[in-house]
Amino acid sequence: MNRTLPTPRLPEAGATASAPAQAPRSNAPWRRGARRFLRNKLAVAGLSVLVLLVLFCFVGPLVYQTDQTHTDLGSALLKPGEQGHPLGTDDVGYDILGRLMVGGQVSIMVGLAAGVLATVVGTLWGATAGYVGGWVDSVMMRIVDAGIAIPATFLLLILSAMVKPTVPLLILVIGLVSWLVPARLVRAESISLKQRDYVVALRAMGGGHGRAVLKHIVPNSVGTIVVNATFQVADAILLVAYISFLGMGVQKPSTDWGAMLTSGITYTYAGAWWLILPAGLCIVLIVCAFNAIGDGLRDFFDVKGQGE
Amino acid sequence: MSTTAAPAAASRQGRGGAAASAWFWRYLAKRVAQGIAVILIVTLIVFALMHLALPDGPGSGVLGMQATDVQIAAFNHEHGFDLPVWQQYVNFLGQIATGDFGTSFEAKRPVLDLLAQRLPKTLLLAVLAMAVALLVSIPLGVAQAVRRNKPFDTVMTAINFVLYSTPSFFLGLILVIVFTQWMHLLPATAPQGQTVAAVLAKPQGLVLPVLTGAIPIIATFSRYMRSSTLENLGEDYVRTARSKGTPVNRVVVKHVFRNSLTPIIAMLGYYLPVMFGGMIVVESLFNYPGMGLLFWTSAQKSDYPVLMGCMLIIAIATVIGSLVADLIQAALDPRTRGALK
Repeated sequence: MNRTLPTPRLPEAGATASAPAQAPRSNAPWRRGARRFLRNKLAVAGLSVLVLLVLFCFVGPLVYQTDQTHTDLGSALLKPGEQGHPLGTDDVGYDILGRLMVGGQVSIMVGLAAGVLATVVGTLWGATAGYVGGWVDSVMMRIVDAGIAIPATFLLLILSAMVKPTVPLLILVIGLVSWLVPARLVRAESISLKQRDYVVALRAMGGGHGRAVLKHIVPNSVGTIVVNATFQVADAILLVAYISFLGMGVQKPSTDWGAMLTSGITYTYAGAWWLILPAGLCIVLIVCAFNAIGDGLRDFFDVKGQGE
Repeated sequence: MSTTAAPAAASRQGRGGAAASAWFWRYLAKRVAQGIAVILIVTLIVFALMHLALPDGPGSGVLGMQATDVQIAAFNHEHGFDLPVWQQYVNFLGQIATGDFGTSFEAKRPVLDLLAQRLPKTLLLAVLAMAVALLVSIPLGVAQAVRRNKPFDTVMTAINFVLYSTPSFFLGLILVIVFTQWMHLLPATAPQGQTVAAVLAKPQGLVLPVLTGAIPIIATFSRYMRSSTLENLGEDYVRTARSKGTPVNRVVVKHVFRNSLTPIIAMLGYYLPVMFGGMIVVESLFNYPGMGLLFWTSAQKSDYPVLMGCMLIIAIATVIGSLVADLIQAALDPRTRGALK
């Protein structure tokens, strides 16, 4: 639940003082980076798990076809293995295995898109604030402070009470509450980058501010940005689950892993573990995967300095 | 400014006392001004949300379904909700400044009364969870750093990694299954009661909510404490102490521990909104009658004055909390003062 922390992960905080990435002209740095990434066993495991889960959710339904729109109360709450349902059925008769696939599509899509949205908004905001400086920076960063002072779950609840949540709206809403941390990180990077000779030279030669920000500040912060984006996606997937738990997620028959887990809570005491465990494990797996990949990307971009 | 890790108290009262205090007052004034700006922006966000949700004023919400359009219009007129938006915002600010957070649509009671009843219970839960989390994560992080990359560190890092990636309600659910359903040790619902004393009367009901609140913090803070300790272990003063023959445990206890702790203290202030955000999940899972549950039920019923009141209180607490945390950090560790300016 540390979505809104200013510096929730210490290694990232250190990242703000890092050297800019080398010019990616020759592919040697990329190969070195890839080697560092592959040496990180955790990251490789994370990437494998992610690929498997994406295949499971998006290709799985083509192979394993189930009806996820019409309820079938006649075959509700079947145990795993009964009547050809490998993971059983839920309280209204949906096949759990098939539901994990369609629910996962929502979780993954919303998580990815919201994470990317938050990163783009946060990057532009932070780069501009840090580059321009002065009172503009002060105003922009006080807005970030104000956003961070309101708990993300609170804002999410209010926003989703105002609009009926659909997938695009969830993406927008989660993106809206998650851009604050990348904004802070990129601002710090931007402040140190704007004093570098190549930016000063560009300005002296008459280059515009927009060019300085988009051509130099943002590309040179790419390590910090990409590493943080991975963690943003992990956090966004958790936020999707929290919204569903708080009863404001996507509407039935659509679902996501958080909603599956939540609707299973009532049946926990009846011993229907298959309603909560598979969905819960899927969330943990994919969030772990993204966090692990972020760890590996940190090695890839060498954000923290040469090796450990 | 001192760049050594000498005790802050000595450096403050010792040399350069006048310069230090001038620096302090300038810093404090700047931070207070920033804090006021942040709170003003929060009121703007909160007001905008309220206005977007209820563009025609809260009349229909307050008066309920049976009210006629004429009655609603009369109410909105009487309370100034038919004024231009900017004027409404100014009035809203004036209202808050006098400590009036409005009246709940549902309970028909002042929001501040409701908060006074609920907030202490959430604070109880939050303080207990934070205390447990600090008691576990600080020693754990130090122990991991000292045994870096040994099996103990690897296993604990892995556990923290998984716990960090687990939604807290799933975690709480697993705790309920284990401790309530299997072992019949602890109740799955929190104690109900109007006051903190009533809640404290059944302490066993608090165990699972506190644990559910504490575990994600442990996962975050021990990771933080581990990095911070590792960083300090690489400092010159550690090498100096070690080369004088001081045992490693003594160096850690006497020097490293204190210096590693200050970032955690600084984090506590900023962690307030995260805490409150987490409590809403814990409270609705265990049906704990705190502010989170109040917020949740109010969101279901679009009781906007209550929602706004909760957010404002937390934002004000966060602004004050982070200022206090930064000041404590500056007092404990003079090295951090440069970064504060």
